[in-house]
Amino acid sequence: MKVLYFAWVRETTGKSEEDIAKPDGVSTVRDLVEFLKRRNSAYRQAFADDKMVRVAVNQEYVDLQHVISDDDEVAFFPPVTGG
Amino acid sequence: MIRVQSEDFDLGVELKTLTEGNKAIGGLCSFVGLVRDMADNENISAMTLEHYPGMTEKALTKIEAEANERWDLDGTLIIHRYGRLEPGDQIVLVAAASAHREAAFEACHFLIDWLKTKAPFWKLEDTQSGGKWVDARDSDEAATRRWLNPKSEPDAAE
Repeated sequence: MKVLYFAWVRETTGKSEEDIAKPDGVSTVRDLVEFLKRRNSAYRQAFADDKMVRVAVNQEYVDLQHVISDDDEVAFFPPVTGG
Repeated sequence: MIRVQSEDFDLGVELKTLTEGNKAIGGLCSFVGLVRDMADNENISAMTLEHYPGMTEKALTKIEAEANERWDLDGTLIIHRYGRLEPGDQIVLVAAASAHREAAFEACHFLIDWLKTKAPFWKLEDTQSGGKWVDARDSDEAATRRWLNPKSEPDAAE
């Protein structure tokens, strides 16, 4: 899985992207978030508030229940502010 | 037609291209968003727009398709810039052309309202107290609710 981070989520995790093999026991986006939070305090800070992070899988908006697969592109970012 | 680019655009040139050769167009509406020099009572010297290459194009294409489904349009255009911009700079252009003005006005309004909550861009303001990420606004979310019930076709007698 390719995982991308944008805006302040990127600044807080310290990464713009990384490749992660889908861990055992991770099947939904929510599972992946919990997995990432267990890594270190930077990830815990980035994902501290569910409402402040949006998710896209393969460039389509999804919710936390969405089931992910190993060849997905998952992106985490704040609510958008274009226009 | 949608474009995501760092370069500036010329409104006149873009609108001329949009309507070129289509004499069925009776109304053309456009909106340009610009960088302001003040935000939350602080001066801003620059604004950097980050985006998600690939998803921005997908999202804007969807927004444009939605407008074309809801209204009878002869042409639509979205141009959104990214990168470092300064107060006074143009950020975004949306335009809609139709046989009648109602569809053009409404579609144009819809395009910018929808884009504001769905297109993956994020603004970083250079303020007097440092870099600040702009927060998404409740008012932008509220503006999209205006469009929740698809409109029927504009009256042909217009």
